[in-house]
Amino acid sequence: MATNGLRLSEADRAMLAGERGDAARLALRILLPMARIYGAEQLLDIEHAHVDGVLLHGESGLDFAERLLAAGGRVVVPTTLNVGAYDLLHPEIYQGDEQTAAQAQRLMQVYVEMGCEPMFTCAPYQSGARPPFGAQIAWAESNAIVFANSVLGARTQRYGDFIDICCALTGRAPACGLHLTENRRGRWLFALQGIPPRLLMDSVLYPVLGYLVGAACGAQEGEGEAIPIITGLPPQTNEDQLKALGAAAASSGAVALFHAVGITPEANTLQDATQGKKPEQTIAVDLPALRRARDQLSTVGTAQLDVVALGSPHFSLEEFAALRPLLEHHPPHSDVDFIVCTHRIVLAALQQRGWLGPLKELGVRLVVDTCVVVAPLLRVQRGVLMTNSAKFAHYTPGNTGLGVVFGSLEECVRSAHEGRIWRDEALWQA
Amino acid sequence: MNSSFQAQVILPGAAAGQLLVLSEALSFWGGVDPRSGDIIDERHPQRGRNVAGRILALPKGRGSSSASSILLEACRRGTAPAAILTRELDGILALGAVVARELYAVRLPMFTLNATHYRQLRDGRWLRIRDDGWIVMSDGCGPAVTKG
Repeated sequence: MATNGLRLSEADRAMLAGERGDAARLALRILLPMARIYGAEQLLDIEHAHVDGVLLHGESGLDFAERLLAAGGRVVVPTTLNVGAYDLLHPEIYQGDEQTAAQAQRLMQVYVEMGCEPMFTCAPYQSGARPPFGAQIAWAESNAIVFANSVLGARTQRYGDFIDICCALTGRAPACGLHLTENRRGRWLFALQGIPPRLLMDSVLYPVLGYLVGAACGAQEGEGEAIPIITGLPPQTNEDQLKALGAAAASSGAVALFHAVGITPEANTLQDATQGKKPEQTIAVDLPALRRARDQLSTVGTAQLDVVALGSPHFSLEEFAALRPLLEHHPPHSDVDFIVCTHRIVLAALQQRGWLGPLKELGVRLVVDTCVVVAPLLRVQRGVLMTNSAKFAHYTPGNTGLGVVFGSLEECVRSAHEGRIWRDEALWQA
Repeated sequence: MNSSFQAQVILPGAAAGQLLVLSEALSFWGGVDPRSGDIIDERHPQRGRNVAGRILALPKGRGSSSASSILLEACRRGTAPAAILTRELDGILALGAVVARELYAVRLPMFTLNATHYRQLRDGRWLRIRDDGWIVMSDGCGPAVTKG
């Protein structure tokens, strides 16, 4: 195989010769041309992988996984799994056909048999998979990638289906892109200016800001990663807020790393974030700009409401803690399907704290292992879905056929209570 | 007169076929139906055209990393392009083609063109691509006749 410009280690050569089995050899035969295409000079060792290929897109994804398993595939680094296309704990909620359901489950099983942890979450970083600062990892799933790079300071390229498991089976990844310090320099500065204090303290700011930043970065032409720097966020910004920001930016503009000055670990100062260089461009983010981004997240302007969906990325225990008192004051209307997508560890914690029963009694439906935009779980094929997640807002129209309304957590809960869209316009006033 | 130029080889392979030139970037995920090869992205100018068996030229890919899955699925179903030419390197599409080669022994050659050569591509013309990236584009509406 042509490997021009790519230096292989002894261990790589042995693997390519089949000394570590057919699956590792096949995985390396896929990794090497990709490393060459990306201009990597060598491969590097990784210490963790997160695999997105477990989500069914078609029979070929299953063929690929079965082929690796049949060839004796076993992951050689700790590997977590992203969402599948099926809720294994609540099979009764699946609305699709039997054959697809069977394929979706089989695909999840095949990856587990290769030694991956059956976590089935898009927020592995809130389920105990937290690679340390500086760790070389191979993660797929856009929101997990941006969180790992930005918030944990671990290092991953934007991996996706197929290459993720190839890295996990070989323990190797191309040494290029965001794995290397020089490519992690922040380039475009987004400076928050004149944001009203109440909005600055509300979690709704983060998905909206992320959506704006992602769209602006996605529109940039030219070489290299679009790495934004953000200034002006409050120092008490929490992890769930950064999660929402990253997920939004990765949806609208393929952002894989952002720096929030004074908050994220590679950005103690603006100088740190830019590695001593000047930002290539400064973009002022004011209230009107944020309002425009917020408006882009909704596709319908009607009062009608059929579904409220929360939890993309998967809802954390802290987010449930914020949701519970709101729901107790404003329980959902019986006509509104109120869904929260989360992961198994949070589900167990809800049970342990005695929170699960009351949530169910209020009419909340919990989804684990998957979510409403990647699996057929909604009871309606048309209508209006409201969410506080920019990622749900971005993918709902295309993936489910429903119209979408974006709002804050409180707006979602109170809308579900009223059975029609409820707005807190004061939040967005100067 | 046929025109000819050199492309950079991303994934080698010879190919011949009719050009389908897209005027905008396209995400295969949500943009191409792998069952038919039809372009289904509602906002794309070439919506409704079909990529199967064509030499597909597009400025670049777009969006989701799941595009490699869709390209692989198209390779499995025989609805993939005969070759892909891009102006900017697209690793996600290349990955789909690399896996197709290993999994289904389907060869989907891929090349990048510089901006000058990319601009010379004309929708509907016939192209013959050599393994080393030498491209001959027919002047008329029939296949280009070349030596070597």
